[in-house]
Amino acid sequence: MFAQFFTGDYLIDFFYSIIRMSTPLIYCAMGALISKQAGAINMALEGIMLTASLTAVIFSAMTHTVIFGLIGAVAGGMFISFILAYMHLVKQSELVLTGIALNTMASGGTVYLLFLLTGEKGTSRLLNSLVVPKWNIPVLKDIPVLGQILSGHNALTYLAYLFALLTYILVFKSRTGLRIRAVGLNPDAAASVGINVNKIKFQAFLYSGLFASLGGAFMSMGYLSNFSRDMIAGRGFIGISAANLADGQVLGSLLASLGFGSAEAVSITLATLNMQAELVRMIPYLATVIGLVIMSAQKQAKARRRQGDF
Amino acid sequence: MADPILAMQNITKIYPNGFVANRNISFSCRKGSIHALLGENGAGKTTLMKILFGLLTPEEGHIFLNGKPIVFKDPLDAISHGVGMVHQHFMLVDELSIAENIVLGKEPLKHGLFDMNQAIAITAELAGKYNFEINPKALVGDCTVGVKQKIEILKALLRGAEILILDEPTAVLTPQETKELFVELKKLRDMGHTIVFISHKLNEVKELCDEFTVLRAGRTVAVGNVGDYTEQQISNMMVGRDVELTIKKDRPDARKQPVVTVRGLSCTSHTGKKLLNEVSFTLYRSRVLGVAGVEGNGQTQLGELMTGLREIIHGDVQVDGVSLKGKNVRAIRALGVSNISEDRMTYGCAPMLTVEENIIADRYFTGAYSKGIRLDRAAIRRDVDRLIREFKVDCPARDALAGMLSGGNIQKAIVAREFTSNAKVIVANQPTRGIDVGSTEFIRNQLVKLAREKEVAVLLISADLTEVLEVSDSIIVMSGGEITAYFENAGAVDEMELGNYMLGVKRMSKEEIGRAVK
Repeated sequence: MFAQFFTGDYLIDFFYSIIRMSTPLIYCAMGALISKQAGAINMALEGIMLTASLTAVIFSAMTHTVIFGLIGAVAGGMFISFILAYMHLVKQSELVLTGIALNTMASGGTVYLLFLLTGEKGTSRLLNSLVVPKWNIPVLKDIPVLGQILSGHNALTYLAYLFALLTYILVFKSRTGLRIRAVGLNPDAAASVGINVNKIKFQAFLYSGLFASLGGAFMSMGYLSNFSRDMIAGRGFIGISAANLADGQVLGSLLASLGFGSAEAVSITLATLNMQAELVRMIPYLATVIGLVIMSAQKQAKARRRQGDF
Repeated sequence: MADPILAMQNITKIYPNGFVANRNISFSCRKGSIHALLGENGAGKTTLMKILFGLLTPEEGHIFLNGKPIVFKDPLDAISHGVGMVHQHFMLVDELSIAENIVLGKEPLKHGLFDMNQAIAITAELAGKYNFEINPKALVGDCTVGVKQKIEILKALLRGAEILILDEPTAVLTPQETKELFVELKKLRDMGHTIVFISHKLNEVKELCDEFTVLRAGRTVAVGNVGDYTEQQISNMMVGRDVELTIKKDRPDARKQPVVTVRGLSCTSHTGKKLLNEVSFTLYRSRVLGVAGVEGNGQTQLGELMTGLREIIHGDVQVDGVSLKGKNVRAIRALGVSNISEDRMTYGCAPMLTVEENIIADRYFTGAYSKGIRLDRAAIRRDVDRLIREFKVDCPARDALAGMLSGGNIQKAIVAREFTSNAKVIVANQPTRGIDVGSTEFIRNQLVKLAREKEVAVLLISADLTEVLEVSDSIIVMSGGEITAYFENAGAVDEMELGNYMLGVKRMSKEEIGRAVK
């Protein structure tokens, strides 16, 4: 059955789905990256994406406009991010615990909201929500193989790369970005020149929520055409892992997202080949764990080398 | 003094615990001068500077800037009025470039984005103006300590500092870097800036400064032109005090039985600065050897090396002929070494554990307090209660958290543990720093008692001259990581003399220092 996998159509499908599966991870990794650079990683990204994927559906169904769906996603996601920032920075709550609490709240809260609106607890199929259109790229779409892989994706997929560029400009080329990095690296030094450390971290959390929300919107307005419970399925955490693997760098986070996206694509492709589903579904998460372990081992080796200099 | 640019008048600061840190201190400096602020640890320099920068509010006194009364809200407010401070601990982001660090908080923009080229240009221009040799594009983390200090000075200058306060700037520098810094500071002075130079090192003050103010025990004791006094005279102003010897102790046993031999001990900081250089001495049974010196002259490292908190790489420490090299803390303690760490809350006790748990921390595993796999609570309670009584630890109960006690009582609990571990050697580092008079006296008496009655060899590291003179039988003086003097008989030492060696004014010959080994 593996021979089948290597035939042309399967390979094209496989590469196409790498790009598709990476999309939410890229948005989330960019959001995680910004908060990581500010020195306080946004642990609620999973819940932020989940909330965004529901509010996207609700807003688009109410307004019958795609753009309002996206705005709704951003509003929902940033609301959760705002709660995290407020609790952690103003009320001094523990970051990781608050993140876990918000993720749990989002998991139950979205189902509750869905039930209130539709009377169903599984999916939002009763809501007449829209999807973000697919874009066929002129010229490119007519090139065989390459066109089949790269063209015809959801508009949000293409925008993900634009947002990666925006992240780069924001973090590494703007004044806010310089301050974000200074705050993340040495908050005392930043404070000593009059930078309001909490304000900068607050901003970073909000940007982080904004970017990840678009990943959530993709899930319910592109990947699927409606919301279903717990549809993020760990992608928020995988995105955080991608940003960590790349140590907060944009290109690295992008590549790590594509890597984890590939693992998901492998899992999906293998599932269609009648491999045992439970085993196959594990692949993206296993890849994340392996990636993190490799990175940690490298970091330790580096630290040991540095200590040897003493 | 003609037109002081900065004047602090009649400052009095009393801390909530009643400690008077500043007693009617007046301090002023002239525009375009380098003014030395001198004083021993605890003389009140830090408190005075904290008051200047608005971090503490004085009970009495006023601050005048250019003749006008002023109160700064915080260091940022001070810098906006042209008063900048360069700390010993740098406020820099290692992962960013020099230019980014310097413009941080007032970044140049171009088309709404950060303008790196402009930042580099600003930095280069600023460095050029003051003759500082730096590469604006270099990462701060790759810079030497000397360069980092220059970056801090430039940061202050970019923010319009007219008055620069440098807190012991040479403490972290190599001699070459110090020389360079002095050239730059003199240039700054000649360009009209005013510099306040906080230091202990009199040779540096002599070389660099125009005027000086000496603080001692919270008071201003002298103000003058550096040129009018010798280092010797200034040293006497700094350490002069009435020594009250209140501790009674018998003469030590005439026989000298070596217990600990320290030979050629050296260590280097990760920035390459020599912290300890070829230190050798011997500790004898039933005797107390005092280590006098201004803090930060290698005493911390010496204490850490002798107790296993720092790995011995150069030189050796032997207890009864057994080397401590490569041994961990428990193994070293098993050899009979006790440690009163200067860092009470980190190495001395676990603040979140109870007094009881802290007292048995070094012995719960010995078997004396075990019943099978469980702890023998009754035995622990019995011994801990006895120790709490014996060492007069004032605590509500044995299961009170150590961190809730006062400094003096925490220290007494630590002493209760360290003095009852059947040690052959005790390394006591600043055992009475910052604690009340009663506890101080108790601990000093206990140290003497332990040496004479239990025949323990004691190393007493202290910045408090009274303590060193009172408790010790013999004294070594440390300055710049080296032993600069050895006095066989502590009773015959004059504290002025000691001050000269501590502050690096004088230094004994190799032969004289070598007697510490015999």
